Amino acid sequence: MKILVAVKRVADPENMNKIKLSPQGKIDTTGLEPKASPYDEYALETALRLTENGTNTKARLGEVVVVTFGPKETEPMLRAMLGTGADRAIRVDSTDEALDGDVVARGLKALVDSEKPDVVLLGYQQAESESNAVGQMLAEYLGWPQATFAGSIQSQDDKAFVVGREIEGATAELKVTLPAVVTVLDKIVKPKSVQSKHTPATHTYSDGVRFAALMAIMAAKKKPLAEMKLSDLVPDATLKVRYASAELPPKRAAGSKVKDVKELVTKLKTEAKVV
Amino acid sequence: MAGTLVVAEIADGKVKKTTQSAITFARQVGGPFAVVVVGSGAAGAAKELAGFGAQKVIAVDSPALVCEKLAPTVAKVAKDGGFDTVVVTASSYGKDLAPRVAVKLGAGYAPDINLVKVDGGKKLYRRPMYAGNAFGWLEVTTPVQVVSVRQTEFPAAEASGGASPVENASPAPDEPAAARAEHLKLVTGSSERPDLGEARVVVSGGRSLKEQFKQVLEPLADALGAAIGASRAACDAGYAAPELQVGQTGRTVAPQLYIAVGISGAIQHIAGMKGSKVIVAINKDPDAPIFQIADYGLVQDLFVAVPELVTELKSRS
Ligand SMILES: Cc1cc2nc3c(=O)[nH]c(=O)nc-3n(C[C@H](O)[C@H](O)[C@H](O)COP(=O)(O)OP(=O)(O)OC[C@H]3O[C@@H](n4cnc5c(N)ncnc54)[C@H](O)[C@@H]3O)c2cc1C
Ligand SMILES: Nc1ncnc2c1ncn2[C@@H]1O[C@H](COP(=O)(O)O)[C@@H](O)[C@H]1O
Repeated sequence: MKILVAVKRVADPENMNKIKLSPQGKIDTTGLEPKASPYDEYALETALRLTENGTNTKARLGEVVVVTFGPKETEPMLRAMLGTGADRAIRVDSTDEALDGDVVARGLKALVDSEKPDVVLLGYQQAESESNAVGQMLAEYLGWPQATFAGSIQSQDDKAFVVGREIEGATAELKVTLPAVVTVLDKIVKPKSVQSKHTPATHTYSDGVRFAALMAIMAAKKKPLAEMKLSDLVPDATLKVRYASAELPPKRAAGSKVKDVKELVTKLKTEAKVV
Repeated sequence: MAGTLVVAEIADGKVKKTTQSAITFARQVGGPFAVVVVGSGAAGAAKELAGFGAQKVIAVDSPALVCEKLAPTVAKVAKDGGFDTVVVTASSYGKDLAPRVAVKLGAGYAPDINLVKVDGGKKLYRRPMYAGNAFGWLEVTTPVQVVSVRQTEFPAAEASGGASPVENASPAPDEPAAARAEHLKLVTGSSERPDLGEARVVVSGGRSLKEQFKQVLEPLADALGAAIGASRAACDAGYAAPELQVGQTGRTVAPQLYIAVGISGAIQHIAGMKGSKVIVAINKDPDAPIFQIADYGLVQDLFVAVPELVTELKSRS
């Protein structure tokens, strides 16, 4: 099985409460370390689990291609992903200002047309824009089915996936016949979340994503990393949405500490009037 | 008719409350609006929506459960009616559907907005980004726009009386993708408590509650008529059911009162609850980040504080 994984580089999600506004009223993330968007890392881990026998993760039983739309600075992220097990990487040269979800989706559609993967995996949303849109748009452009909010995947002989979609207070089981687009939540990297064609059902993964061994990082230097022009994939990349400005939400001021339960209840009754 | 098309969400032939948030959006932007209801039992559900001041309610009876079937029909209704804005509430239903409809209409999509401003006929959409640490103002440059609205920021519209005419329409023909997506089943948690998304009070617990999660929190939730929530760490460890998770990858809640019990206040947890009106934190670590956003902080061992709180609430109610 061949899987295309879309990954976006973002400012450190753990420190997003430190972002500032530039004098021009734009979001300023200087000082925040660039990282792969966490859900995209989970998408890569999912792709690796689907294309291997978990008891021998050295042999890739399929092909995993990672793709990003971004500037040259995103290449270390792609190299790191080659180190963890992806076979090839593609960077579509662009800057965030030249992209919206629709352009990324059309670019991915063009790549799917040439790469012909069986599955495209994405994060359910990227950590900066949190649009939660690219996967669904891509599925529509391709005329493919989609499974969003995936917390689990069970492969049926790589012909169909039964996907556990984590939605409000429930799990919705959806069966998609491949090829399909799947967007993943963090729950997808729990030890038993992915049941691939090759891995025995008894196998348990460790929780979370795998790390690259030093040897693998060295070897990954030889793996192909292709560069493409955005205009080759999307001849008319006119944006359908653009950010006019940004603002910081009003800070929730820290309130007061109460000395004991009695004072807490008094305040809730007489001051906040919520109980 | 130019104007706004509200996409209703129905389940088992009944209109879901989420729909009323999308109606609030339509009222806020002004001008005429219609509501479309797609699903089995749509005609009956449409009647429930006739009292909200829509020019009409369009019912499309169809066994559609997956967005591969829904999107072509919603797009067709939007095109046929010449609507310039299509709005749905940003529940998982809306988030699944809206981007596909946008592509079908060649429309720009403003996802998960928390405010709309109409300026000389032009709409600007404000949306939370960066785990709620910034708001971006989004402009849609296409003539037709698709929008999804946050339920917590667009309060449910009240019925305004009157009776909008109900019109029946037929579904769009199935596209190939429809045959390749099959809804199998819905597995719901079996909670007797109020739904997290709609509760007036939410009591949430963290990993520190361990096996005593229920034993400690249920009496407090009972005393307050509250829904129970949890941090991801508590869910991951199996102390709380997975559907109770509050945060970026769990539910977004904005109750009148949110009580965080033994929760550290990680950025991803805060993203899901900082819209709450009043936040109380109980934590034994005075430097826990949750105190930075709590209106009332109590530094104490939760195993002592919570039972005491229950007694105190009961004796003073
Ligand atoms: C991509 C991603 C998505 C995530 N999404 C979410 C999400 O949606 N929701 C979410 O909640 N988390 C999410 N997380 C996890 C998040 O980063 C934290 O790990 C998690 O919220 C911590 O849960 P906790 O506060 O229960 O546990 P801890 O961080 O372990 O904190 C426990 C707290 O309990 C206090 N405590 C311990 N014992 C007592 C006692 N006896 N009395 C009083 N206080 C006590 C401690 O002082 C501490 O502050 C996500 C993480 C990632 C990477
Ligand atoms: N610039 C990009 N390059 C590659 N993938 C992207 C890019 N932007 C978004 N994606 C993918 O689309 C997913 C959803 O993003 P979004 O719809 O923007 O929240 C992300 O998790 C990525 O998998």
